[in-house]
Amino acid sequence: MTTPAALPATPHTPTVLTAPTEPIIVDAQHLNVSFGNSHALKDVTLPIPAKRVTALMGPSGSGKSTFLRALNRMHDRTPSARVTGQVLFDGQDILGPGLDIVQLRQRMGMIFQKPVVFPKSIFENVAFAVRVQGGLKHAAIADRVEHSLRQAALWDEVKDRLRQSAVGLSGGQQQRLCIARALAVEPEVLLLDEPTSALDPVATLKVEDLVRDLAQTYTIAIVTHNLQQAGRLSHYSGFFLLGSLIEFGPTQEVFERPRDKRTEDFITGRFG
Amino acid sequence: MNEVRSVTGAATSAATTHRRTRITVRGMALGDFVLQNGTLLIVIAVLALIAGVFWVVLASSMPTIHQFGWQFLTNQAFDPDHNSFGVGPAIFGTIVTSVFALVFAAPLGIGAAVFLVEFCPRRARTSLAFFTDLLATVPSVVFGLWGFLVLAPWMQHSGEPWLKLHLGFLPFFVGTPRGVGLLTAGMILTVMILPLVIAIAREVMQIVPNEQREALLALGATRWEVVRYAILPFARVGITGGVILALGRALGETIAVTLVIGNQANKISPDLFATGYTLPSVIANQFGEATPGLFRSAVIEAGLILIVMTLIVNVLARLLIARMGRHHRVGGLVA
Repeated sequence: MTTPAALPATPHTPTVLTAPTEPIIVDAQHLNVSFGNSHALKDVTLPIPAKRVTALMGPSGSGKSTFLRALNRMHDRTPSARVTGQVLFDGQDILGPGLDIVQLRQRMGMIFQKPVVFPKSIFENVAFAVRVQGGLKHAAIADRVEHSLRQAALWDEVKDRLRQSAVGLSGGQQQRLCIARALAVEPEVLLLDEPTSALDPVATLKVEDLVRDLAQTYTIAIVTHNLQQAGRLSHYSGFFLLGSLIEFGPTQEVFERPRDKRTEDFITGRFG
Repeated sequence: MNEVRSVTGAATSAATTHRRTRITVRGMALGDFVLQNGTLLIVIAVLALIAGVFWVVLASSMPTIHQFGWQFLTNQAFDPDHNSFGVGPAIFGTIVTSVFALVFAAPLGIGAAVFLVEFCPRRARTSLAFFTDLLATVPSVVFGLWGFLVLAPWMQHSGEPWLKLHLGFLPFFVGTPRGVGLLTAGMILTVMILPLVIAIAREVMQIVPNEQREALLALGATRWEVVRYAILPFARVGITGGVILALGRALGETIAVTLVIGNQANKISPDLFATGYTLPSVIANQFGEATPGLFRSAVIEAGLILIVMTLIVNVLARLLIARMGRHHRVGGLVA
């Protein structure tokens, strides 16, 4: 990739942004992420409204996952990563010094593209998340596990085999187990990074139904390269291209009356 | 369209008419036949070699096996002058020094590997890993010399007196500090198998998928919890295999141990300051003088017992690893 200075091909244009009317829970302002010389995310300002589903869409390499991972400080693990700007979460800048990362990640759960179950029993996969969070007694843990599995619409499928290895579950069940695990920590925000791209259509629909249900209680940001999914699920949509946020607004507006030519091209399937 | 079809048609007919005539043996291509039977031959040769070694050792041990029977295992004297032979103290010394080494090298090695893989800055990691690997390539005689010239005198004058003063109430630290003995031998073995444990533990921790770490971190786990719940369980099977491999090495280590263990043992006692024997050190020490007959047979039977011991350890290790592997078949390397 090229240095930020040498990018005449995509001159930065300000995002076409329609601010949400709902209260904003996560407010990214002028967020930049670079890895060495590659400028992966360019001056992104994106407000995420509370208890809504916000879809982040765009072609591969557009920076949507990079944006999501910046929200729970996953880039900390990459030595070459440099993150600048501001991300206000409940008014506090999570990029600022002295932030409790462990607490931040508990408040913002994350689900990955490939379901990641731990090589433990189904019960343990969820119970373990509760224990990491700490503070619950044995019986309470079991309750929380059941509650989380129910929330993730998985309880009926696994209640008779909680002690079996989670590795034996199907891909879709594993992903819902991951969601249950994230819920067990009682987060406020769920970050979903292409959660259905490794799943078959039926499992995908189940996860989508689940996301829709969860949006009543949680704030959800979902990265997807699947336009239909963004359209089906989200209240707000942002369109990323080559590291920039091109357009952001209510999903219906973005899909029906895109104001930027590039968004329109993407929505109508001309590229991406 | 037509043209394409005719081209493919020509290609097919050419293939049928000009097909290479291959030499086949019983319907198998010659190359495959040679490869399959050649590799089979090599495997048979290896098995034959093992059987041959075992047979020679067993046959050469017959005199003492007839003479002493099972008592050879427990008899405490190894006395060529009176034709009285037993390797009780040597078996004891072998087990004590090896287990000692394992008890210290396993946690130290796993700890070092955790640091190298999970906490060490990337740049330092490469050079540190290089040095730990380098430690594994030091010839054992060099460890032995270092143990004899540096460690043993230090143990005699500082280490063992200190242990006696502070931990003398334990039965392990009661004798006269001599420098050479079971304790020093165990320490040398610890140092020698440490790089092996580190190297294997590091390898298996590195193959733990990064997603496992991130999934845990995303739940709000601390880095310690990542190690505790993602890295160690995942790498457990491989680490166990590595530790057993290290135990095998400790059991068979000869020259370094021979140099620092004192090579004298008349009775079995828990005192780690006492000089001792291990099975390999008995062989190394006595074989030169072993005259044909009972003496030589006794030395060779020590070797036979060593073979059987390492065999048992390996079989137990396989069973253990198979058991562990059955529960969590994801990842993990079976060494």
